[in-house]
Amino acid sequence: MGFLRRLLRTDTLLPYWLLLPTVVYLIIFFVLPLFQAFSLSFKTDDGQLTLKYFERMVYDVGFMDALKNTFLLAIILVPLQLITALVIALLINTNFRGSRLFLYICAIPLGISDLASGLVWFSIFSEHGYLNSLLYKLGILSQPFHFLSYVHLPWTFGAILAAEHWRATAIVLVVLVAGLQMISKDYLEAAEVMGANKLQRLWYVVLPLLKPSLQAALIIRTIFAFEVFAVVIALAGNLVPVLASQSYWWYALYRNLHIAAAYGVLLMTLSVLVTWGYLRFLRTREEALR
Amino acid sequence: MSSRYLWSKVLLYTIVIVISLWVLIPLVLIGLASFTPRHAIYQWPKPLLPNRFSAETMKFFLNAYGVLSSTLNSIWVAMLTIGFTLAIGAPAGYAIARFIFRGREAFRLGILATKMFPIPLLAIPLIVMFIKWGVYDSLLGVAFIHTAMALPFAVLITTSIFVSVPKDLEESAMTLGCSRMGAFLRVVLPLALPGLAAAAMFTFVISWNEVFAATVLTLHNRTLPAQILTSLEVSPVYFKFAGGFFMTIPAIIFMFFMRRYLLQMWGGMTAER
Repeated sequence: MGFLRRLLRTDTLLPYWLLLPTVVYLIIFFVLPLFQAFSLSFKTDDGQLTLKYFERMVYDVGFMDALKNTFLLAIILVPLQLITALVIALLINTNFRGSRLFLYICAIPLGISDLASGLVWFSIFSEHGYLNSLLYKLGILSQPFHFLSYVHLPWTFGAILAAEHWRATAIVLVVLVAGLQMISKDYLEAAEVMGANKLQRLWYVVLPLLKPSLQAALIIRTIFAFEVFAVVIALAGNLVPVLASQSYWWYALYRNLHIAAAYGVLLMTLSVLVTWGYLRFLRTREEALR
Repeated sequence: MSSRYLWSKVLLYTIVIVISLWVLIPLVLIGLASFTPRHAIYQWPKPLLPNRFSAETMKFFLNAYGVLSSTLNSIWVAMLTIGFTLAIGAPAGYAIARFIFRGREAFRLGILATKMFPIPLLAIPLIVMFIKWGVYDSLLGVAFIHTAMALPFAVLITTSIFVSVPKDLEESAMTLGCSRMGAFLRVVLPLALPGLAAAAMFTFVISWNEVFAATVLTLHNRTLPAQILTSLEVSPVYFKFAGGFFMTIPAIIFMFFMRRYLLQMWGGMTAER
């Protein structure tokens, strides 16, 4: 007991004691599942190493579509959201009257779940939705149009894009606004004194200094884009397969943990590759920030 | 010059209003939809604004099988998650904010690395582990994984909260005879309380919104998103409208209270890198 008390009292050990619960918890709920996922997807129930689950995953009908849809969504959404968020962030950064309110409004979707936002956009795109009513009012349609159906898959895909663009731009936005606020006004003033106009200041001063935030926003947004799930289910059921929804169906419909876990491993691999890629190819100079 | 200034103002506010409408109109629409009488939803042509409001659709949703109980489940899970997350994460946040020690950077890197773990990778193996531990299909189990998801955020948020409490105050309290624990309880905690409350709300939103893990880790004890997701195929459109609206309400309320901490929370998480 006395020994323990001494250990607890020492200031050098105190930070480690304070971190211990978090470290233990993260090991149990991140590291253990990671190992378990690998063993589920590479080992048969009697412990033999195997690739058959990955083979079944890859040769299953939904796989190529899921891979294609997931990538296509990410490739369209990430640049679109980055540009939208950058425009909004630069507007907010001018500190116009009402910019605080504007930031709050734009950040609202941050609190809205992917399932809820899927349903919000379902109320617009469904057969009984507002878009059909609007197009009727404008005289474009006389009968309801089935945006969300297997005969109009490009429209269904577009609805998913609209919902994700609406919901998840906010996270990029707050990262960029926080990044912009950290840029010292001195640099801008110096550039102004030296005769740089607004556009030049943006291009040669603001954007280079914002690079670490841009990189962080890109990493986070791309990783999350690969995990897209409930928006897709809410708007398209299984019309538009994506990787995370395939994982879900393999468990929910077929109770096949092995293949569900294999999809998890695939998603993790993609996340790691994307993070590595961004860190490698978008080198930032840390000292620029400080 | 002044007319150019005027035009740039007009342009600025036009863009601002258009973007604000883009964010707000879908929310208004789902709100309208969930207070439109059921038969009017199926009407064709449907009026853009309902000619009559009624709570009937919302009542149908709230009385539908499983909605009330899963809402209560969601609230329980969120409460447990808040308790676990702050109890485990806040000490770590305090340690990073106050001490410089070997391994601090490695720890912070580890916290950021958790973002690379996709939810299916965590939730699917946890099915096996939870069955073994006897917490499969329990609110406690769902709270465990929600805590895992909220913990990295909580550590980063509480770090920035404790950083903003001046170290001098704490040190003066200790020179005046407080123990470290006493100084923490009497000086640091009261000052950090509003920030910790915001962190708790943030945790609530994470848990209330999470759907994948909650769905695969339960069978009967569904949380609200899990209940809605698993009944989507058999639910009528008005159920989906009302459900969508109902799930966004707490999020919007909490975002309002947390608005001052928004940048600190999400911005801080990446700026630290």
